[in-house]
Amino acid sequence: MNGGLSSLRSEAAGAMRTVLVSAESLQLTLKPELTQEEQALTQSGRKAKEAHTAGNEDLKEMLESNKESLKLEAMKRIVQLISKGKKSSDLFPAVVKNVASKNIELKKLVYVYLVRYAEEQQDLALLSISTFQRALKDPNQFIRASALRVLSSIRVPIIVPIMMLAIKEAASDLSPYVRKTSAHAIQKLYSLDADQKEHLIEVIEKLLKDKSTLVAGSVVMAFEEVCPDRIDLIHKNYRKLCNLLVDVEEWGQVVIINMLTRYARTQFTSPWKEDAVFDDNEKAFYDSDSEEKQGQKEAKPYIMDPDHRLLLRNTKPLLQSRNTAVVMAVAQLYWHLAPKHEVSIVTKSLVRLLRSHREVQYVVLENIATMSIQRKGMFEPYMKSFYVRSTDATHIKTLKLEILTNLANEANISTILREFQTYVKSQDKAFAAATIQAIGRCATNISEVTDTCLNGLVLLLSNRDETVVAESVVVIKKLLQTQPTQHSDIIKHMAKLFDNITVPMARASILWLMGEYCERVPKIAPDVLRKMAKSFTSEEDIVKLQTVNLAAKLYLTNSKQTKLLTQYILNLGKYDQNYDIRDRTRFIRQLIVPNEKSGTLNKYARRILLASKPAPVLESAFKDRDRFQLGTLSHSLNVKAAGYQELSDWPAVAPDPSVRNVEVIEPVREWAPSVGKAKQPKSDDKFYSDDEEKEEEGSGSGSEDSSSSSSGSSSSSEESGSESEEESSEESGKTSSDSGKSSSGSEASSSESEPEQKKKKRTKKATQRKSKQSAADSDSDENGSGPVGKTSSSSAESSSESDSEEDSDVDSPPPPSPPQKKTVAKTKPKVEVKTKKEVSLLDLDDFSPAPPSAPKSSVFSSSLLSDLEGLSLSNVSSAMQVTTPSFGPVKTYELLHHMTGKGFSAKYHFPRQPCLYQPSMVAVQVILTNSSDHSLEEIHIGDRSPASLNIHCFNTVERLEPGASVTVSMGIDFSDSTQAANFQLCTKEDQFSVSIQPAVGELLMPSTMTEPDFCNEQKKLMGMNETSASITMATANTSKQNISKQVLSVANVGVVSSGQNDLQRFAGRTVSSGALVLVTLELREASTALLTINTEKSVMASMLLRDLKQALSQS
Amino acid sequence: MIHSLFLVSNSGDIFLEKHWKSVISRSVCDYFFEAKEKAGDPENVAPVLQTPHHYLISIYRDKLFFVSVTQTEVPPLFVIEFLHRVADTFQDYFGECSESVIKDNTVTVYELLEEMLDNGFPLATESNVLKEMIRPPTILRSVVNTLTGGSNVGGTLPTGQLSNVPWRRVGVKYTNNEAYFDVIEEIDAILDKSGTTVFAEIQGVIEACVKLSGMPDLTLSFMNPRLLDDVSFHPCVRFKRWESERVLSFIPPDGNFRLLSYHVSSQNLVAIPVYVKQNISFLETGSCGRLDITIGPKQTMGKMVESLMVTIPMPKSVLNVNLIATQGTYTFDLSTKVLLWDIGKLNPQKLPNLRGSLSVQPGAPKPEENPSINIDLKIQQLAISGLKVSRLDMYGEKYKPFKGVKYVTKAGKFQVRT
Repeated sequence: MNGGLSSLRSEAAGAMRTVLVSAESLQLTLKPELTQEEQALTQSGRKAKEAHTAGNEDLKEMLESNKESLKLEAMKRIVQLISKGKKSSDLFPAVVKNVASKNIELKKLVYVYLVRYAEEQQDLALLSISTFQRALKDPNQFIRASALRVLSSIRVPIIVPIMMLAIKEAASDLSPYVRKTSAHAIQKLYSLDADQKEHLIEVIEKLLKDKSTLVAGSVVMAFEEVCPDRIDLIHKNYRKLCNLLVDVEEWGQVVIINMLTRYARTQFTSPWKEDAVFDDNEKAFYDSDSEEKQGQKEAKPYIMDPDHRLLLRNTKPLLQSRNTAVVMAVAQLYWHLAPKHEVSIVTKSLVRLLRSHREVQYVVLENIATMSIQRKGMFEPYMKSFYVRSTDATHIKTLKLEILTNLANEANISTILREFQTYVKSQDKAFAAATIQAIGRCATNISEVTDTCLNGLVLLLSNRDETVVAESVVVIKKLLQTQPTQHSDIIKHMAKLFDNITVPMARASILWLMGEYCERVPKIAPDVLRKMAKSFTSEEDIVKLQTVNLAAKLYLTNSKQTKLLTQYILNLGKYDQNYDIRDRTRFIRQLIVPNEKSGTLNKYARRILLASKPAPVLESAFKDRDRFQLGTLSHSLNVKAAGYQELSDWPAVAPDPSVRNVEVIEPVREWAPSVGKAKQPKSDDKFYSDDEEKEEEGSGSGSEDSSSSSSGSSSSSEESGSESEEESSEESGKTSSDSGKSSSGSEASSSESEPEQKKKKRTKKATQRKSKQSAADSDSDENGSGPVGKTSSSSAESSSESDSEEDSDVDSPPPPSPPQKKTVAKTKPKVEVKTKKEVSLLDLDDFSPAPPSAPKSSVFSSSLLSDLEGLSLSNVSSAMQVTTPSFGPVKTYELLHHMTGKGFSAKYHFPRQPCLYQPSMVAVQVILTNSSDHSLEEIHIGDRSPASLNIHCFNTVERLEPGASVTVSMGIDFSDSTQAANFQLCTKEDQFSVSIQPAVGELLMPSTMTEPDFCNEQKKLMGMNETSASITMATANTSKQNISKQVLSVANVGVVSSGQNDLQRFAGRTVSSGALVLVTLELREASTALLTINTEKSVMASMLLRDLKQALSQS
Repeated sequence: MIHSLFLVSNSGDIFLEKHWKSVISRSVCDYFFEAKEKAGDPENVAPVLQTPHHYLISIYRDKLFFVSVTQTEVPPLFVIEFLHRVADTFQDYFGECSESVIKDNTVTVYELLEEMLDNGFPLATESNVLKEMIRPPTILRSVVNTLTGGSNVGGTLPTGQLSNVPWRRVGVKYTNNEAYFDVIEEIDAILDKSGTTVFAEIQGVIEACVKLSGMPDLTLSFMNPRLLDDVSFHPCVRFKRWESERVLSFIPPDGNFRLLSYHVSSQNLVAIPVYVKQNISFLETGSCGRLDITIGPKQTMGKMVESLMVTIPMPKSVLNVNLIATQGTYTFDLSTKVLLWDIGKLNPQKLPNLRGSLSVQPGAPKPEENPSINIDLKIQQLAISGLKVSRLDMYGEKYKPFKGVKYVTKAGKFQVRT
């Protein structure tokens, strides 16, 4: 890469020289200094003066003046000229020298001009290049980005190397916005010089790895434009793209979804097989667990690839997007990729789009029309949404009609026909005609109503409007052809109407019918021919042709009556102006009138002319549209558009799914479920041995560090170590099948994407697991059989890759661990109650909170807890490295005052311990005191709000004597928000509503980190994830110790040892989602400091910032 | 993606062009004019057209055509949605989206278009991001700018562009913190001649006007969220919370925005607030017809029906009308043949009636179908579906905001067939 860059650089330097040379050829001396450049430009401006038209002279003078405002005014007028498409390229020299202006608006307008005319004035455009090159190094990311935007928009081939270099450099810029711009520039450069493709693909490959949601859409766009066939570049990024998708901006979503649709069709096997077994119903679809089935991949019934499922699951929420293009993109993805029974979830959203603008309706209806041909059932419940209103535009009406016709079946045909009756009467005659066509189609498709429709159409023959009648005739003709038997009355009726019908197509149709079925109406047909003979010369061509046809057919069947008439008509036709008619007449004459030349053919005339003809099939105009991908331009036009990428057929055998596995496991990423490396059985075994568990804390943090530091370069052994630990911790979580207290560890990796959903499920699952306890005794069982697997672990996302071989390795060790855990679970509450009793003795008589007592209790319990922690460590995933709690003074809060509680009071504090019940919960200790004169019984927690609030309640306190107090601990999942947890504290007689509102700092857990790791992580959380403020600290706080004391009092974070004296760093993770929270305090002179918080949780960051600021500014 | 954009007035005048890649001659619009000619009514122009070398995707809004040119495959909805977003932005910036306003603000329009697309791919479409880069024109600012030489263009990257809440900028400050939510429901219905409902459904939106300082995190919950059958959200709404708890949790954009649009499940019978008794007839022989329309309240939940308006597109053969309205006024547009009856409030005691004669072009055949009647109405303080907001909570900020919820029911596409 470096070599490549340097060679590029020399190339770019070469290009720059060319630029300078060509500038010199314009008799300029171009130096990097701005003033000279400007002078030079002024000179060139003067040179070109003669060519100017008089009209732009004043503008030029304004541009050359010294006043910014005049220049700006001139540029505004020039932009107006451009917008009207008027030529102003002669001003180029005068404009381009303002490119380095300090005034941003002026500069931007110059950019507009430059991009518009650079192609025409290539030599002069080169003069601006050095300005952009300078701007590319500007510290302001906005300036860098816009310089790159304009530079790459100047379509001058000579600067290709400069552009290439700029793109390469911008692609590794720190600012995601600049990287996004570089992705756009790739496409521009490619369209300017397709030879650069190879180099550009390198950049695309690099940018595809980018983790910023800002970049994702743009780089995929570049991919689609430059190298849509390089599917192999996507493999490694597939899962990341799937997981990022929800957060990408809406336009990027459309592009990514379309690309992934194409990708999926090449990589996965068809879910549409006849024998497909779908053991996952709609509900399981939301479950992350469906991947569990992956284990039985080789089994006969079709099992969806987990990556395939991942795509379907992650795109589904986007159906709720406000952007219609996104909704359509998801709809087509489901149409092309989802199992048949799942496609119908897109229906509702598509129907919703029909409320949108007219143009949106048009495109959506087109797509629904195509879909409704294949899948009537999908849209049938929404049939009424396609009813036509008189105010709809004609093309909308026609499309709705098309869909209604597609939806018609035996059950709903009467409703539809009633609706059609209204439409036939429409004032919009084109639409009325289309309705008649539609009735015809319904009649052929549904045999039950054929007669009804036919009668209805016959009634329409007496309609006053000509187009309606004509259309009816044409449709009746087609219908009669399908079942000609008993319909001679209709033919007679039509013969009667013949005089009144003037539309040529209708007249021709009646004539054809007469001829075809002349034997059924032997009396009328010759009479019609007689009339036609009279008016032959004034008829339209199409009618004349049919008259000739009718004459010929009658001649063959009834030559006695019609011989002379036929002769007459054939003579008229012989001299007709139209050569088609002359030809036809000549042909017919030879065929039917026997003479010596045409001996043999003559015998077959009857069989030729009166052969039974196959009935026409009335079918939808959208029938063949499904060859195009839905939602595309090609589909809309029904023509293959330029650049259309064909959707490939499903492969018979899926290509190797392991290509999507990502080698580098990064500690905390939004798209974390990137897994699937073979783990080493050795480490598994080790993990399950007891002493290893005790060490877990240390070793875990070590492995995490290594993996985070090695995110760029992969050191595989360490990683696999850390990963296997992660996985095996899950494994143990799975096996530990007790009462929901044990929840599996890998929070950090699995919870970000759908925390709420999962949490709910987890509790559900825990109970399920309990019931399964006996059944699910070994892992291999769980993973081996799909249905069981569903109920097993919530951390499926990350464990899904584990294959059976590894599982068998894991099998033997687990048995010892469940009992262990049970003892933990059982002993713990007891122990706690005991300790708290001791504490409560101290504050027995205190009605108001006693501050000194609380910290003591926390010290006490925390040491106990950390003992317990050693036993239950498998609950805590390695990614959730929590250090020993950092002690600050613990504040106690009032939960229930004894006045309101009728003598029953409660206080709470946050012990800052990892919660034992679930890692996503915040531990809270509640001190219950009975200061009334009677004993309280059955103290427990009642209703909670919001109802979904996940609280782990303390065990019911059976009896609390007067004057006694007890400390209980509970866990509350605040989901990383400071929303108060409201619940009811109940005694046997009373209920008290109480609420716990956590300070934002309590929602964190300290995390150990080395300084380099901290810096690494911080780099990943720049830009949008950074919040900072400068603060003035109280003088008492300036010492290092005091600062950390204050910070720790506010937030439960860990101190990161730092080599620099003026920098203090703290690291923590949010309890619920495990997102990193990094706090940096940079001391400046005179007790001011810069406080920076880096985290993805922007709301938390701003709240934390405020709290910290407050704490540090007061002594 | 989007190669060029042409703004075309209703009369067929190209008054603005913008190219994001190399220049495409405006003669490409000739194909569009041809299609427009053929379609007659501007509403009927097909949104997607093919020409030998280009594809034209157009929208028609506020009497303007936005014609975009592309050369390669692109999802048509992508372009259409974007063009509407452009029109929305103009509306937002200039108060209206008309030819004269765009001509007056060409430079701002050009700057906006420049920022909205890069190489034909949308770059910044969030109004709050755009407003930080290019400030909307106000009289005061233009005066100040002429005096000081200041500009409307910002020099730094808008904070929204980089943040994961691109719809909100940081550092918002208000002295009065307030959040208003308007629940607006529209009844779409087709009634047949006899007054029975052929089709009816309720579509609703929640329009919000949030003026809160800092980074508030709001939670809006409903008494009866089950009513909402199908919803689409502003990107700020956390989908997961909705899925699990049926509450709307979001960090709101600053100012006005559409929080949610929803559809009420069709199982619930839709209450139709008014009934229409109508009799429109054209005499077989003479050149006249009769019209008699009465409107009365049906299911109004005890609320007053306001802004009642009746629109009837008459057949082309109707020359003029001669009617008497017991309430309100009527107008008849001679060129479009649209009869408009503006009633105002519906008084249940004295039902409004419009009757009289229609003069029809002599000799013209009797119109096949009676014109359909379109009704417009408004009922304040009522959400016809029964949807109720139960509470709004704010987290993340300390102050107490002023909160308000308003309900309005309107007629959407409410049509009576005759």
